[in-house]
Amino acid sequence: MVLKGKVWKFGDSISTDLITPGRFYHLRSNLSELAKHAMEDADPTFSSKVKKGDFLVAGKNFGLGSSREHAAIVIKLSGVSVVIAHSFARIFYRNAINVGLPLVSCNTDQIDEGNTLEVDLERGILYNITKNTKMNFQPLPILMKTILKEGGLVQYIKKHGDLKLV
Amino acid sequence: MFREKTLAEKILKEHSVKDVKANDFVICEVDICFAHDGTSQLAIEQIKKLGIESVAKPNKTILFMDHASPSPRRELSNTHLLMRSFAKKTGLILHDVGCGVCHQIISESYAQPGDIVVGADSHTCTAGALGAFATGMGSTDIAIAMALGKTWLKVPETFKIQVDGNFNRMVYAKDLMLYIIGEIGANGATYKSLEFSGTNIKIMEISERMTLANMAVEAGAKCGLFSSDIKTKMYLQRHGREESFQEIYPDEKAKYERTIRIDSSKLSPMVACPDTVDNVKTVDEVKGVKVDQVYIGTCTNGRIEDLRIAADILKGEKKHNDLRLIIVPTSPKTYIEAINEGIIETFMESGGMIMAPSCGPCVGVHQGILGNGETCLSTQNRNFKGRMGNPEGFIYLSSPATAAATAIMGEITDPREI
Repeated sequence: MVLKGKVWKFGDSISTDLITPGRFYHLRSNLSELAKHAMEDADPTFSSKVKKGDFLVAGKNFGLGSSREHAAIVIKLSGVSVVIAHSFARIFYRNAINVGLPLVSCNTDQIDEGNTLEVDLERGILYNITKNTKMNFQPLPILMKTILKEGGLVQYIKKHGDLKLV
Repeated sequence: MFREKTLAEKILKEHSVKDVKANDFVICEVDICFAHDGTSQLAIEQIKKLGIESVAKPNKTILFMDHASPSPRRELSNTHLLMRSFAKKTGLILHDVGCGVCHQIISESYAQPGDIVVGADSHTCTAGALGAFATGMGSTDIAIAMALGKTWLKVPETFKIQVDGNFNRMVYAKDLMLYIIGEIGANGATYKSLEFSGTNIKIMEISERMTLANMAVEAGAKCGLFSSDIKTKMYLQRHGREESFQEIYPDEKAKYERTIRIDSSKLSPMVACPDTVDNVKTVDEVKGVKVDQVYIGTCTNGRIEDLRIAADILKGEKKHNDLRLIIVPTSPKTYIEAINEGIIETFMESGGMIMAPSCGPCVGVHQGILGNGETCLSTQNRNFKGRMGNPEGFIYLSSPATAAATAIMGEITDPREI
């Protein structure tokens, strides 16, 4: 799958509290309403300016903290097509794949807000069109790649009937 | 060939059809799985999407109402209704409002050494204190674990945390864990298993081991594990579950990615400063910071042992006039013990307020949301911006002793000076 999009850039340690704050706990039963507050405590204007297909790029340990899968869901519902970060917190990483939100782990220091990127998830290539630079990244492990390809874990189980290693 | 194993490798092997080593992907039988009122609705909806309305092991599947307990809003009351009706339909176990924080109840009543425990909450790792491989996941992973009775895991590499030397007066497991997180960083152990050992760990009660295991995730770790021993046996006995005990420990020549040695006799009281858990300083470095609210409770530090420490300091003293003191016992058992020991009376006489066993104000849902510019010192595990319901608030984390001393003085205070 090859994706192309414009970058919104964030820093290190973007916690799930910044992505989907606890004060909106009561909206977890209303995901489209919750998504209007995506990234609100990291950038209050984010949900009003993000466009379908945009890329969210961040630094180290993206998604640390709570296990709330709503963090991955609101990012996906806001229109973001891929999250690229230097590194991810473990639970967020699983959650994103489980809800069909692609992730890329690579050095993001040279990616700036507003850059246009192209990402080849299968081959592990990130091309910065704005800066005309190319970078390789480690594609997902095979099991996670399959879950993502099916659109998430529920769709994967519906199709395969069970968890299978290959 | 026999391969010597870490605790994580040992437990995962027991639950998998093949031998395992670090970095393998495995599919494991799950012993216990659970979710709470912040993560259940999504899990239930995902199970329904599979076209089923049942769970694989109803007597090992548990839903907790603890984060919004009792419910402060109708939306959350409706989530509670959904949880109650799903529990009835599937026969799973429900702990309704007021029944305590999920991680405390899992340790008191369900987890046993050698188990695999998965929960839709990041602090599921708390049960590692009993020698269970316990790890947090999101709602969809838990939905699948509930429906199929299994999950997939990547076998983690292990950091051995060797803790030798007795604590000084007024230094506790919380100070040790804050010190460790400050040293290795909030992503210092991402994907790893932390395995605790050493002379100090050996003499440590389960309550303090739970504080360490609970915060393993704050260093990014998948789990925080302890060998089971006489302390584990006594803990299970205290909770009427002696038959749940089994001995589990790592092999002598297990392979560790890294060993971190700590002389815990050199530690002093620590705090994590706003807005990250790894922004750790000694209490001495931040003493004098004015505090508007002190919170003693949570799955990190709201057990009877924690309340005793705080009550010893608060006995005969008054909390500072300009500050609110909130105390939440972590479970009904804790609450009853605290009443019987006169601890609740001490808190009330010092000007504190007590709330029903739950997460309390830790998650920013209710019961003590900070005002703009206000500062809270809490015994909880997280201090991210917005955590306690207001991104304009500031959160410091400490032990119950430092929290109690601070409550008296109205500013961050070293408990050794009280």
